[in-house]
Amino acid sequence: MMAGFLLRRLINYVVLIAVATSLAYLLAAGTLDPRSNYQERNPRPPESVVDARLDDLNLNDKSPLFTRYLTWAAGVVRGDFGETVTGDSVNDDLRRRAGVTLRLMLTGLAVGSVTGVLVGACAAVRQYGVLDRVTTGLSFAVLAIPTVVLANMLVIGATWFNDLVGAKVLLVSGEVTPGLTGGWLARLLDRAQHLVLPTISLSLALAAVYSRYQRNLMLDVLGADFVRTAMAKGLRRRTALVKHALRTAVIPAVTYFAFTFGTLLVGTTFTEKIFGWHGLGEQLIDSIFTNDVNTVAAISCVAAFAVLVAALAADALHAALDPRVRAG
Amino acid sequence: MTLSREELARVSAGAGRLAVPSRGRLVAGRFLRSGQGRSGAALLALVFLLAFAGPLAGRWSHTDKDFLAFLQPPSALHWFGTLQTGADVYAVTLRGLQRSLVVGLLAAVLSTVLAALVGAFAGYFLGWTERTLMWVTDLLLVLPAFLILAVMSPLFSSGQWPLFVAMLALFLWMVTSKIVRGMTISLREREFVQAARFMGVPPVTIIFRHILPNLSSLLVVDATLNVSAAILTETSLSYFGFGIQPPDVSLGTLIADGTRTATYAPWTFWFAAGLLIVTVLAVNLIGDSLRDALDPERPG
Amino acid sequence: MIEPILRVTDLHVSFGAVPAVRGMSYELAAGEVLGIVGESGSGKSVAALAVMGLLPRGARASGSVRLRGTEILGATDKGLAAYRGKTISMVFQDPLSALTPVYRVGDQIAEAVRVHQRTGRGQAARRAVELLDLVGIPEPGRRALAFPHEYSGGMRQRAMIAMAIANDPDVIICDEPTTALDVTVQAQVLEVLKTARGETGAAIVMITHDLGVVAGFADRMLVMYAGRPVETGSVEDVYYRTRMPYTLGLLGSVPRLDRGGRLVPIEGHPPSPGALPPGCAFQPRCPMAVAACGTAEPVLEPVLEPVLEPVPESVGGPRHLAACFRAAEVRSPVRSENAPGEGRARPEPIVLGVDGCGVSRAVDAGGVGVRPESVVLGVDGCGVSRAVDADGVGVRPVPVVLEVDGLTRHYPVTKGTLLRRRVGTVRAVDGVTFDLREGETLGLVGESGCGKTTTLMEILRLVRPAAGRIAVLGRDTARVTAADRMAIRRDLQVVFQDPMASLDPRMTVHDIVAEPLRAHRMGRPGPRVRELLELVGLDPDHAARYPRELSGGQRQRVGIARALALEPRLVVLDEPVSALDVSIQAGVINLLDDLRSRLGLSYLIVAHDLAVVRHIADRVAVMYSGRIAEIGRADRIYAAPAHPYTEALLSAVPVPDPVVERSRRRILLDGDLPGPMGRPSGCRFRGRCPRFAVLGAGERDRCVAEEPEIRWSGGDQGAACHYASF
Repeated sequence: MMAGFLLRRLINYVVLIAVATSLAYLLAAGTLDPRSNYQERNPRPPESVVDARLDDLNLNDKSPLFTRYLTWAAGVVRGDFGETVTGDSVNDDLRRRAGVTLRLMLTGLAVGSVTGVLVGACAAVRQYGVLDRVTTGLSFAVLAIPTVVLANMLVIGATWFNDLVGAKVLLVSGEVTPGLTGGWLARLLDRAQHLVLPTISLSLALAAVYSRYQRNLMLDVLGADFVRTAMAKGLRRRTALVKHALRTAVIPAVTYFAFTFGTLLVGTTFTEKIFGWHGLGEQLIDSIFTNDVNTVAAISCVAAFAVLVAALAADALHAALDPRVRAG
Repeated sequence: MTLSREELARVSAGAGRLAVPSRGRLVAGRFLRSGQGRSGAALLALVFLLAFAGPLAGRWSHTDKDFLAFLQPPSALHWFGTLQTGADVYAVTLRGLQRSLVVGLLAAVLSTVLAALVGAFAGYFLGWTERTLMWVTDLLLVLPAFLILAVMSPLFSSGQWPLFVAMLALFLWMVTSKIVRGMTISLREREFVQAARFMGVPPVTIIFRHILPNLSSLLVVDATLNVSAAILTETSLSYFGFGIQPPDVSLGTLIADGTRTATYAPWTFWFAAGLLIVTVLAVNLIGDSLRDALDPERPG
Repeated sequence: MIEPILRVTDLHVSFGAVPAVRGMSYELAAGEVLGIVGESGSGKSVAALAVMGLLPRGARASGSVRLRGTEILGATDKGLAAYRGKTISMVFQDPLSALTPVYRVGDQIAEAVRVHQRTGRGQAARRAVELLDLVGIPEPGRRALAFPHEYSGGMRQRAMIAMAIANDPDVIICDEPTTALDVTVQAQVLEVLKTARGETGAAIVMITHDLGVVAGFADRMLVMYAGRPVETGSVEDVYYRTRMPYTLGLLGSVPRLDRGGRLVPIEGHPPSPGALPPGCAFQPRCPMAVAACGTAEPVLEPVLEPVLEPVPESVGGPRHLAACFRAAEVRSPVRSENAPGEGRARPEPIVLGVDGCGVSRAVDAGGVGVRPESVVLGVDGCGVSRAVDADGVGVRPVPVVLEVDGLTRHYPVTKGTLLRRRVGTVRAVDGVTFDLREGETLGLVGESGCGKTTTLMEILRLVRPAAGRIAVLGRDTARVTAADRMAIRRDLQVVFQDPMASLDPRMTVHDIVAEPLRAHRMGRPGPRVRELLELVGLDPDHAARYPRELSGGQRQRVGIARALALEPRLVVLDEPVSALDVSIQAGVINLLDDLRSRLGLSYLIVAHDLAVVRHIADRVAVMYSGRIAEIGRADRIYAAPAHPYTEALLSAVPVPDPVVERSRRRILLDGDLPGPMGRPSGCRFRGRCPRFAVLGAGERDRCVAEEPEIRWSGGDQGAACHYASF
């Protein structure tokens, strides 16, 4: 029974990913125009050569869309997403980039959600206090700034700051300085210098969203009967709030994570592009510019997969935190 | 559905009857009493005034180019300065603001209507209706919206911005519709809905007469917050060149152009970015205060 | 005089500008039980929270609360924490939300131990198990490891009591500890509280709206109205020598198990705390009000006991105080009744008289001889003639309006959200058979989960049931067309429990009442709506209002008006008065009774409150675990229940009469209601059945092997018990 339910859910997920990826492929193959990549070349290659090259890559708009789809789908079923417009393997390219994105996202997610939950909880405990007012104002401000603007503001700010202190403290391009020599400490410092701004850009909005949400959750729980019971037992207010109120109020925030995950993906895309991290997000934007149909489809697949994994993870975490939903 | 006029007149004729505050007036009262709501409404009114009346005051139109002033700082002639092309920043920024506001409002209304209908029908009818509708919702949630919109960007070429609005709305409604569905499922077990069902009121009538009106506070707040979500998405897409296409301008395209010159010509970036932030801030403030004002749990 | 354990003096609590408690004083001696009675909004719970220092933010308290001589009102969080749970502890109303959902019950009790005692983890855990054992949780060692959601309501409340007595407190404040529980579970929990009191010797403040609970449990009591105490004294003084018209009204309006008949409601509804009337807060509803009542608020003053009757006990005990200018004129010549069970169908009328009262607002006295100058506050119930004749020979009217035969409704049960799976079947309704004749009222009673509401919903759905047969007005629901179904809906209407939930908050009263008329295309509803509002005793001007602008009683009247709009023949009522305050309930019960006789309606009433059903139903069906345990004429069943479950159920309902209540034999059932899954073989009640327990082994076999069907006695009474005591 239990395995059956899990199996049905997993099958549904696989179907969702397949349909989403196919839709993305058909849309990309129908709108993007890889042929145009060759038209600006000088000298312009003869049409037969271009056709042959496009046929190799399964990107020729002269063959029917459905035929191309079948060829592509046959590859995907075998686990091969085809080749990029430059002829490299999409699989290899994405595998290399996935690590970069994962590092950036996990750091941003951890910093953003923890900060948000803590700030929101503290703000709720002293509702209308100084901290509450300041964080409310700040989160409103942050939520009004799109990531692209925020990232650019950070770049401008970093330039100004580096000029002020007369040293390159905050680095705004890439994940590491290429060709850096020195021990592991120097390399770690270099990574940290590169990581600060993208993390801020990614986690600030997340922290703002979470702090608002957690504040409301906490306010709902502050007057709850079980918090009153805890105090009636003789617990101090602060202990009762941390041990009973926050512990309970953090549960819905976990479910909320599944909803914010899509936003996080988009935020990562912009952050990578603007800070020059060579991750999936950067590739996503570049692939559209280079009419790279196979990469677009592959990234859609990865994104769909990631969203569903996030949903599953949120459910699993929810079950771990809340005995009421635990199966058993 | 309300009292006919003569009945109302008869009913109100009852001497010494206390004036009954309508829900609308109550909400408006609470909303305007909160400083946050007041400042949000005032800010948004100012932004609208600027966007639609402001161009009348400027001496340049957004298509004009001043070939005597390239990349000039703000002056009496060009209030917000000029771009590299010689275009007047004041004129193009307000033009972009207009476009962003219209796109945001339309997309928000559209997506909220979609969310309400899908969620309410799925939640009320359950069974296959629900499974189908929620599967479509899940599919759209799983599709990377930004990528799809970006891929479709060639279709939004000049003059096709309504299509862009429709596509934007198509990717904004899913989370709300899931919330609406959940609330509909609990509303449908509420006694007043059951009472209507047992009276013989048809299901679609129940949805429009009982379910949706009782979700109106959620929907109003959601529509408000969707305005800012739509504006932010539009900006990001336009920033990378996937949204509003030239010769149309929006705040996003202006910000994208501005970042290139921001360090040495800050006026090309900050006016557009600032107006964008103010607009979204105002909308968010209104949404948040509306949520508080509509909260039936809250007294007075 | 010995220093009291707890002394509350002139306590005031307000939320902003709205006063919730306006001057409350009481003393509590060691080991004493004080009952605090009041309707919702009277400030009784807020006052208790103020004593504990647990008021919500935004509340302001003033006055004095002395615990063993130490002032604790306004003490710091740290200072209060030292007393809370140690010297003074509290049991809250809703056991569902009072325990933290994410921690194990044992850990939560152990936490209470460890806050005040220097013990190790293991020792505290062992103490928690001991305490769970003390409050009667079976298998305490295993149960300590369970989470609150795995406990039933009664078990949660036991766990709360265990927590409250963990540190041997001097005072336990119980805030409506049994309100959310079923009546047999309430009896168990009250018993546990008595045990806890015996164990700790603590004094108890028992806050409740249930006059029956106070009558049986408290030594002294205090009646609150609109944030003020209006009468206080020994329980006997307040019940038998009442001096405050509000208390009198309350006692007259509360439905009683030991007598049927018409109730006397208190006019109007309680004032909202923000808009109190000038002078005495009760004056607008008071039949004895004189001009002086509207000018100043009376204070609690000692009552001069007239030497009318000998005072049985409590002589020299705590004083009897009342807050009424005319307290000296109020008479309540009510004596304690004989013990129940002697089957007196028509008890003597209660006549609460006032000497020299100028106001004559006598309610229908029903032929009872009352001096003309007296105000009659309680009346015998002979106003409405019933379809049953006087000497008890069942003559049931012929036309059958509702026939239910072998009705069954099962639900699948799933568990878990991440890994959802079906774990069994809820047999919510498992073969229910009854009929309802024209002009009759059938009360379907039982505890939560017994399937009574499911039965009702199955009837209202008008579709073919999973098994069995339903015929409404002679038409079988399995064979009706959509048009037929629409036609039946005209004749079959429903009134729901919670009047706030059953009225769309966004529609005006006019639209709400007009909705059925519009659904059935009945033309312009305007005049009919006015007529209906007048019929249910509402001002037609209320048509333009929204439900939230009405009081609870008014809302329920709107719900009744809506149900009557299409002139139905059969009205189904789901707990029609359980969401209402006692003083309001009586008015709605009387209205329903009047409407039935005026309009020739048939009622099917679902209720958990047996006393309410006693006042309105001709016939009663007692449900247990998805089946009917006993069915038949109300007066017979109440007088001589044949099924052991009915007997236990009736014995568990407290009676608002101290002498009666204390002399009653109470049958305590073991354990909780069985889960609707995993039902035992044979009789589903045998696991808790007191009769089964005393049967011989041979007799028991039949209960184990064979599910009892309803057997009928000579009169109109049937019971599903192999050993029914007709």
